[in-house]
Amino acid sequence: MAEMIATRQSYGKALVELGAVRQDIVVLDADLSGSTMTKFFAGAYPDRFFNVGIAEANMYGMAAGLAVSGKTVFASTFAMFAAGRAYEIIRNSIGYTGANVKICATHAGLTVGEDGASHQAIEDLALMRAIPGMTVLNPADDVSARKLLQQAADLDGPVYVRLGRAAVPVLYEEEADIEIGKSRVLREGSGCAIIATGIMVSKALLAAEQLALEGIEARVIDMHTLKPLDEEAVIRAARETGGIVTAEEHTLEGGLGAAVARICCAHHPVRVATVGIRDTFGESGKPDELLEKYGLTAGAIAQAARNLDKYGK
Amino acid sequence: MDNKALRDRATAIRQNIIRQVYLAGSGHPGGSLSAADILAVLYFEHMNIDGSNPTDPDRDRFVLSKGHASPLLYAVLAEKGFFPAELLGTFRKIDSPLQGHPSMRAVPGVEMSTGSLGQGFSAAVGMALASRIDGRASRVYALLGDGELQEGLVWEAAMAAAHYGLDNLCAIVDFNGLQIDGANDDVMRVTPVAEKFEAFGWNAKKIDGHDIDSIRAGLAEARGHKGRPTVLVARTVKGKGVSYMENEAGWHGKAPDKEQALQAMSELGGVL
Repeated sequence: MAEMIATRQSYGKALVELGAVRQDIVVLDADLSGSTMTKFFAGAYPDRFFNVGIAEANMYGMAAGLAVSGKTVFASTFAMFAAGRAYEIIRNSIGYTGANVKICATHAGLTVGEDGASHQAIEDLALMRAIPGMTVLNPADDVSARKLLQQAADLDGPVYVRLGRAAVPVLYEEEADIEIGKSRVLREGSGCAIIATGIMVSKALLAAEQLALEGIEARVIDMHTLKPLDEEAVIRAARETGGIVTAEEHTLEGGLGAAVARICCAHHPVRVATVGIRDTFGESGKPDELLEKYGLTAGAIAQAARNLDKYGK
Repeated sequence: MDNKALRDRATAIRQNIIRQVYLAGSGHPGGSLSAADILAVLYFEHMNIDGSNPTDPDRDRFVLSKGHASPLLYAVLAEKGFFPAELLGTFRKIDSPLQGHPSMRAVPGVEMSTGSLGQGFSAAVGMALASRIDGRASRVYALLGDGELQEGLVWEAAMAAAHYGLDNLCAIVDFNGLQIDGANDDVMRVTPVAEKFEAFGWNAKKIDGHDIDSIRAGLAEARGHKGRPTVLVARTVKGKGVSYMENEAGWHGKAPDKEQALQAMSELGGVL
């Protein structure tokens, strides 16, 4: 059984490490530092931490001002209030200016759980992908989250990092080679490809195990970078496996599935089945109950892969 | 700089506002003309800013939070030597760096891309905080419209600036009383402005936004006031300097035709 760590915990740890070596890093939070885990940075470097109160729009506006003054800014709240509430501030003051702000948004997706639909951002990736020049990251586990955050700090420009509340399995060895913009093949196969992002990557691996028992060798790809998307890996998967399943804890409108389908249509048309949330809001419940109810399971991914064959690739 | 020289600068700025908006065939003359005197004092007397060294880390920053007054900012920056004045003729045209609302990526001297109201002020709070973290003497100035005060973000930012005690920040409200749809009082009342800022923890001072001495005194007070940010509520006349534009909400975002532009330039003592 793999160790279970929430990527927000990884974020808290990575920030403290970054703060020790990078004096230019300033961290902002909007009264959720105990949940986003910026509290650890706040404790270590109180002079470079600012809690702006429950005012997310102003947090991202201030972040832009700090960034254009030479700071590398990490600004955190829940994904709903970052990508959602502060969207237009992020778009105009951070995206349009190319400001060096890392929008580290925790509690993304249905797995916020009991707080319910008002707090479950299921459209944040679509919103952030739509902003020109925005780098969009969605790590699957602790190791990749810390490595991607380190690289985000080194990248001069706006980055959106989607982080989760719930603990997820650790998938990578500490020395794994993780690089922004380069997807990782976690399991080889040529029967079909499962391209997953975020918490769905571990479920994709489980699905591949199920499929292997049935004689379908599925390639599993961790698409931790939604933008710029690793188009070459998508085209190669289409060419070499003949059918793709995408999996994301996100609405099917404008997320990973939509991006993969667009690339396939343009370069190597194959059937693309999309596992994600269908035009609906979430609700209260335990994370696993929600994933089950909304079809975000290894079983759903495996079924989608079987259907690729059923309907013809 | 003496008062006459500053008034001459303000007049030259007003002339270039009219030229830009006329040549572009669109733009926002009313709220540009209303703040010309304020920017003349800021840029040609008060602020530590050098057109030949636009990225000096110790410079003072000016943020045009009311970004639609871009013709005003461009006229000032050209006058200050940030870019050649000939560029003003390209305002709002395809391929021009002089975007309808200012872009910091396109124009030297533009400290923040603005246009979506409230955001420039919020960024200015961040700039003032950065200056303090770094122990710099840089001061930050933000010009807001009075209609802009209707944005909730302005008050989030005001709360934060006071909370952090950013006495290196000075907000200036171009209080001309008018917005696109009419008088502030009819659209959405913003008064009492100074008292609102005071309640948010700011030092507030009312000034005459067309009187050089009053502007100068306000800026001096802001610089000297410790522990709190200062807001200068500057009483102004929308369209100031062009008789038919003065106090007319209709000239918020409309370009004069040739005849009107000629008259405006004549009133401002210039040629089109």
